[in-house]
Amino acid sequence: MEAQETTSKKPQKPRVDMPCQPAKERIRNFNEVAVGYTHEMALEEASRCLQCKKSTCVKGCPVEVPIKDFIAAVANDELAKAYTIIKSTNALPAICGRVCPQEDQCEGVCILKRKGQPVAIGRLERYVADYFLAHEDQTPPLPPIPSKAVKNKVACIGSGPSSLTVAGDLAMNGIAVTVFEALHQPGGVLVYGIPEFRLPKGLVVEREINALKALGVEFVTNFVGGRTITVDELFSQGYKAVFIGVGAGLPIFLGVEGENLIGVFSANEYLTRANLGKAYDFPNYDTPTYPGRKVTVYGGGNVAMDAARTALRLGAESVHIVYRRTKDEIPCRHEELEHAEEEGVILATLNSPLSFHGDADGKLTSVKLQRMRLSDPDASGRKSPVPIPGDIWTMETDLAVIAIGTRPNPVLLQATKSLKLNKRGYIEANENGETSIPNVFSGGDIVTGSATVILAMGAGRTAAKEIIRRFA
Amino acid sequence: MPSPIISKEELIPGQTSKLVIHAPHIAAKAEPGNFVMLRVADAGERFPLTIADVDSKEGTITIVYLVMGKSTTLLEELGAGDSILDLCGPLGKSTHIEKCGTVICVGGGTGIAAMHHIAKGHAKAGNHVVSIIGARTKDRLLLEKELSLFCGEMLICTDDGSYGVKGIVTDLLVQRLTQDKNVAEVVAVGPVPMMEAVARTTLPFKTKTIVSLNSIMIDGMGMCGACRVSVGGETKFTCVDGPEFDGHLVDFNELKQRLKAFREQEQVSVNTIKKKCCC
Repeated sequence: MEAQETTSKKPQKPRVDMPCQPAKERIRNFNEVAVGYTHEMALEEASRCLQCKKSTCVKGCPVEVPIKDFIAAVANDELAKAYTIIKSTNALPAICGRVCPQEDQCEGVCILKRKGQPVAIGRLERYVADYFLAHEDQTPPLPPIPSKAVKNKVACIGSGPSSLTVAGDLAMNGIAVTVFEALHQPGGVLVYGIPEFRLPKGLVVEREINALKALGVEFVTNFVGGRTITVDELFSQGYKAVFIGVGAGLPIFLGVEGENLIGVFSANEYLTRANLGKAYDFPNYDTPTYPGRKVTVYGGGNVAMDAARTALRLGAESVHIVYRRTKDEIPCRHEELEHAEEEGVILATLNSPLSFHGDADGKLTSVKLQRMRLSDPDASGRKSPVPIPGDIWTMETDLAVIAIGTRPNPVLLQATKSLKLNKRGYIEANENGETSIPNVFSGGDIVTGSATVILAMGAGRTAAKEIIRRFA
Repeated sequence: MPSPIISKEELIPGQTSKLVIHAPHIAAKAEPGNFVMLRVADAGERFPLTIADVDSKEGTITIVYLVMGKSTTLLEELGAGDSILDLCGPLGKSTHIEKCGTVICVGGGTGIAAMHHIAKGHAKAGNHVVSIIGARTKDRLLLEKELSLFCGEMLICTDDGSYGVKGIVTDLLVQRLTQDKNVAEVVAVGPVPMMEAVARTTLPFKTKTIVSLNSIMIDGMGMCGACRVSVGGETKFTCVDGPEFDGHLVDFNELKQRLKAFREQEQVSVNTIKKKCCC
């Protein structure tokens, strides 16, 4: 703390705002909303960092990026050095700089936050990563990969953030990695889930994956773990360890009447059509989306915001987010909510859906909603939503997107009988990420349930450490 | 990793074709009832097709498709030597097959191909398999020869009477069930109205009836829920809970409606290739 107390007496410079496409313009395109810092902005923001002796920000990062050091390098205009520092623990900085909930992690514990605004660590990370995506020829060489006479090989099932992290860490330590992906394109949730306007697929995800390919990581698409290939078969093919990072999986529905009407979608389906299938560019791409005039989205997480904002861009007249608590309890990132509201998404808080109604063709026309209020805090201090008796109303809607979470996908789990699951049906993994089967590791949403990209990456990093200890 | 097409046979020229595809990793695992997801162009959509046959020694799978929308039109443009861009499987639960006596397998239209793999499985398990297949006319009847290789009985009908009995498959099914009270199971694969009619027909006989559904799918492995269907009042996912369900419990009206969800967009898609053909 000592360092902060002396330095915090300096007058604080304000945090440099992220330049964004204006709301009116951006709801007519799928281009990225936040356009990124300029060189000058990055240098100015980096100069705000206090360079604390005990840098709490690093402990706030699930993959422990040496934040203080990379920011010092940016402040000195040594971008190549900054990039090398970030890459030493984070294989996917251009992605993390965009989608990490920094306010709950590194920036949440930044000393400057106590006085006002934390250093914009995520924006700086993104700036550095983007610079080298744009200037590939200037990318500093990675540390030499230790060479061994015989390379051990390891398989990753799934190609989302946890597997990509494992693959990067292992490859840099001289282990051969094959990543098996069930869909036709690698990237997992980064490709099918997070919209283009938050995470550009071609510019960012594809290039981060290409960087892994350049390290020697092999990607095999259209291979379903548990169906096309089983965990046992991977071992008999000579893989020394298997990392399972298959993500959360099956969408949960509300379980209310009328949910199978045409026009009611899971967020997974709605977003997968738009993102993986590029349905926003239909008919140039063949996957269609469902046109909604009056859209309602159920849930209050980042996925709900993504669905709502996608609907706006696909031409909806109105988009309501139906959430049963109040704005104070909404679990999505502040920035997502802010962007959504700027764009015209309307919050219908303290409402819970009772039933969907349709026309003779089975097409959705309206939803019946129950108004809620928050109860007095319970023993844990949590206020729960309770229905206000008789306060039921009907809202017109022709497209409803359910974004209330997911449950474990059974495909791999059913095929891997000896894999121990927890009560909620997710994979049990120990502190090293190892499951009940020796040398089978797991991490990400299939262990924790729906969480964030960076937590999945943290889990991947933990498992990679142990795999490297055993097999590098 | 594209999958090469070994051979192509036009079963009904311009309308229905059969492809034998080299896909050893799928062939090694595929069982009756399983399906694959395909994508045939870079900007193409993912769509499911049931596996009609497997040769695990040769490492091939067989699919049969009806040219209906843009994706199957693009598929139809491919021939032996070309490759399927993306092919993924085997997906879906396998048919529950056990030695149980007499099994009637009903197939209509392209559904006969999917039924073929199931019927073959039942025959291998030692069951007496009765095939009931139907089509509008004689030249639209699929896989009669292939089925006759292992089916104990072949009952055939056409709408116009150009081959077999004049009538529809449920006419033959009623007759067969009336003659023989010991039919263990009926399996039906075909257009939804046909499967619905089969389920309605077998209900008074209380014969176990399995139908194989062809819902709209995006991923085919549980992620999206597009394929949900009501079975006995519960929502099921066709891809991971099915594709085969108890025909007496399926809400066919809901299924028929849900299959029409993207009808307008499908037409737009088809028009894009029609335009190309004209110029």
